[in-house]
Amino acid sequence: MADKILKKLNIKVWRQNSASEKGRFETYPIENISTGASFLEMMDILNEELINEGKDPVAFDHDCREGICGTCSLYINGRPHGPDTEVTTCQLHMRKFKDGQTITIEPWRAAAFPVIKDLVVERSAFDKILQAGGFVSVNTGGVPDGNAIPVSYDDAEESMDAAACIGCGACVAACKNSSAMLFVSAKVSHLAKLPQGKVEAKRRARSMIAKMDELGFGGCTNTGACEVECPKSISISNIARLNREYLVARFSE
Amino acid sequence: MSILESKIPEGPLEEKWSRHKSNIKVVSPANKRKLDIIVVGTGLGGASAAASLGELGYNVKAFCYQDSPRRAHSIAAQGGINAAKNYQNDNDSVFRLFYDTIKGGDYRAREANVYRLAEVSPNIIDQCVAQGVPFGREYGGTLANRSFGGVLVSRTFYARGQTGQQLLIGAYQAMNRQISKGNVTMYSRHEMLDIVKIDGKARGIIARDLVTGEIKRFGAHAVVVATGGYGNVFFLSTNAMGSNGSAAWQCYKKGAFMSNPCFVQIHPTCIPVHGTQQSKLTLMSESLRNDGRVWVPKKKEDVEKLRKGEIKANDIPDEDRDFYLERRYPSYGNLVPRDVASRAAKERCDAGFGVNAEGKAVFLDFKYSIERLGKDVIEARYGNLFQMYEKITDADPYKEPMMIYPAIHYTMGGTWVDYNLMTTVPGLYSIGEANFSDHGANRLGASALMQGLADGYFILPYTIGDYLADEIMTPRIDTSSSEFEEAEKAVTGRIEKLFNIKGSKTVDHFHKKLGNIMWDYVGMSRNAEDLQKAVKQIRELREEFWADVRIPGELNNLNPELEKAGRVADFFDIGELIALDALNRNESCGGHFREESATEEGEAKRDDENFTYVSCWEYKKEGQDPELHKEELVFENVKLTQRSYK
Ligand SMILES: Cc1cc2nc3c(=O)[nH]c(=O)nc-3n(C[C@H](O)[C@H](O)[C@H](O)COP(=O)(O)OP(=O)(O)OC[C@H]3O[C@@H](n4cnc5c(N)ncnc54)[C@H](O)[C@@H]3O)c2cc1C
Ligand code: SF4
Ligand code: FES
Repeated sequence: MADKILKKLNIKVWRQNSASEKGRFETYPIENISTGASFLEMMDILNEELINEGKDPVAFDHDCREGICGTCSLYINGRPHGPDTEVTTCQLHMRKFKDGQTITIEPWRAAAFPVIKDLVVERSAFDKILQAGGFVSVNTGGVPDGNAIPVSYDDAEESMDAAACIGCGACVAACKNSSAMLFVSAKVSHLAKLPQGKVEAKRRARSMIAKMDELGFGGCTNTGACEVECPKSISISNIARLNREYLVARFSE
Repeated sequence: MSILESKIPEGPLEEKWSRHKSNIKVVSPANKRKLDIIVVGTGLGGASAAASLGELGYNVKAFCYQDSPRRAHSIAAQGGINAAKNYQNDNDSVFRLFYDTIKGGDYRAREANVYRLAEVSPNIIDQCVAQGVPFGREYGGTLANRSFGGVLVSRTFYARGQTGQQLLIGAYQAMNRQISKGNVTMYSRHEMLDIVKIDGKARGIIARDLVTGEIKRFGAHAVVVATGGYGNVFFLSTNAMGSNGSAAWQCYKKGAFMSNPCFVQIHPTCIPVHGTQQSKLTLMSESLRNDGRVWVPKKKEDVEKLRKGEIKANDIPDEDRDFYLERRYPSYGNLVPRDVASRAAKERCDAGFGVNAEGKAVFLDFKYSIERLGKDVIEARYGNLFQMYEKITDADPYKEPMMIYPAIHYTMGGTWVDYNLMTTVPGLYSIGEANFSDHGANRLGASALMQGLADGYFILPYTIGDYLADEIMTPRIDTSSSEFEEAEKAVTGRIEKLFNIKGSKTVDHFHKKLGNIMWDYVGMSRNAEDLQKAVKQIRELREEFWADVRIPGELNNLNPELEKAGRVADFFDIGELIALDALNRNESCGGHFREESATEEGEAKRDDENFTYVSCWEYKKEGQDPELHKEELVFENVKLTQRSYK
């Protein structure tokens, strides 16, 4: 448990000044990193050094640094959110790495997530999918008492399991087709599992899927890569449910 | 009439809000369509306001600095949200929630505002349920509750340890619905850099597009600031990395008074600091104190052995453990309010009983509740928090106690607002953590989420109409006016000035130094001498910053260092004002502890005779001290007593 020092690491990182410019890898050596430091603290240290050397620091997205906001998004040694399970990049710690190792860091790569700078990508496509129907159509006020409609413990729990999605995009980055099905199915299950959201479940599913296709995400071929890399353990069974319960309607219409 | 007209309605406490609602003006649907409202910030406060105002028919433009409104700092709230539902039949009521909040805030909040907050709290739960927020449920299908610190009833609603996330997603989805209908336009990755006033009224903002670096103008009939708290003045805090006080500071510099800036909350249960490379602190939710017992060893020799790693916590028998909260505060025990719990932890650590190598940690132990309830129950309640703890510390809290220590968490102080949530600048509103309104000198757990949503769903949508009803003849704001021109010039000038310093030290270097000054001299325990030292050191550091900071990259591109530099530049000023306010308030109350004002047992001692007021600071000009105004607090419904949780 006690922290050790990683004497030397090579950080091989994707540099790209803007969406319109070409990117390339650069490698930076870095020394004396505590295994108790988080991955992003290591990035802070690297950037501090780059600035002190008069270079441009590496741009990366982050905010809460506790695995809940979904902002951080690094593809580390070939895995979204790096070599640990059920964590986001900001929760990844340096104890997962070995002294002398080369760590390769890339942005999410998907047509629907273009690079803005270095490791920062544009993910507004996710917002657009949700704007297409990822809500319950109620206005503020005029709603029944919270206890008026009982919700079974299990339904609430299952809904919560799906609602835990943080919209990070790791599922898309992990998928060879760049499909957003895990993300979409999580929203569909979150709302459809509750009586309040069930009413418009079919319509919701169809418009979100249509939007997803329109925005350039690929189709789902059930490889399961998304589930493995999802930091919130969103289950691929949500995709099966989405297909079974809600999309059949598309063909029966 | 003083500029500090609080506009508290006449009449008995229980009738003030309904009377007020029937007296204020309303805008017709046809006219709402002609009115623009800017909402800066889309956390719980901003997103709920933008959604509700959009539903009403106003044209809303909403802003956030993240890539999506779903990522606002509210997302990180863990434990829960309070509401006076009395679902547990434990004699809870609107009055009790009001009373607990006033008392918890150590009698430094406005009665009328707090009562209204308690009054609308049940509606919030109903609203969130209707939106599909998956609150925890009992097997019978009803909503479940837990307890939080500082209260004796069970009124906290929760969605596992992710309550803020679920509430924010609810508000975000409601806002998305309005975006799809064209009533709300969302500007993500946009940072407000100034407020624009025309003829004394707020008429728009200047914002920087964080992707292209472009400086843009936005006009509106009213501006709502919902940009959260300024806890990051201290560098290390539980706030998100980007949380900042800059928008509130821009309002301050344009005439909005800043109130009680020294009321900062230090949360007792955070993962302790390790080393010097740390970037932020992680909270372990207060809800854990429902089932965890806080202790340190009774014997110094056990402390020594723990620090050397010769023994583990579990090797220390019960009789050698000092459950100091249960010992000092038998009636509230581990559930005393945050300020009390934090100071008690500091007291034990200062006395040499801290349990980690740095001597700055206490234990939070789940052994007893796991024995009583079983591991499954504890896992269902706190599974994600335990996982979070393990990922950070590499230790398993099911097997050994957590180590925790207090950290900066929340700012009760903020922009002064009247009963309508309007600042001293007409047409400029402030909601959520950004304003000062409801929590006095100490906020109770699970009450920030309640306040943000109360402001956004149920208060502002009514009160803003009272102002806008007089604006229906005002045409769309023309952003080519000289006022916008000048504001834009000032913003560009400041950015260029910062960028062109091209000094030798990074922004973080300065931010860390500022944080150390704040934590050492303006932290958990304050005295006049330290506070004066802080003011002096902050001023010196600020000068150094403006002479020697280095900002790399380009102006017209994504540039996180430039963004940080602007925020840190404002943190110097905010830090200075916090210290000045703390210096002025020579009493201990809530989170503000002045060593000069303590009882013999070391508990905080309020001075109601001299300090029953809200401090309201007015900006003068660069280099000049601000002017202090006072809003006297009048208590008609509660009796002021020294808080006791014994
Ligand atoms: C770890 C943690 C746990 C917590 N747990 C609880 C809890 O269990 N219960 C509870 O009641 N409270 C809790 N709190 C407190 C609570 O979460 C916050 O006080 C509350 O969410 C603040 O909401 P807000 O809407 O005021 O601001 P925020 O959620 O902070 O949102 C601020 C918004 O402003 C935007 N913004 C900021 N500056 C600018 C700018 N210059 N230009 C444009 N946009 C800007 C941001 O992008 C963001 O959208 C917790 C806080 C923390 C840190
Ligand atoms: S489903 Fe998982 S991987 Fe995909 S966005 Fe949600 S949390 Fe991220
Ligand atoms: S920074 Fe918020 S999830 Fe990683």
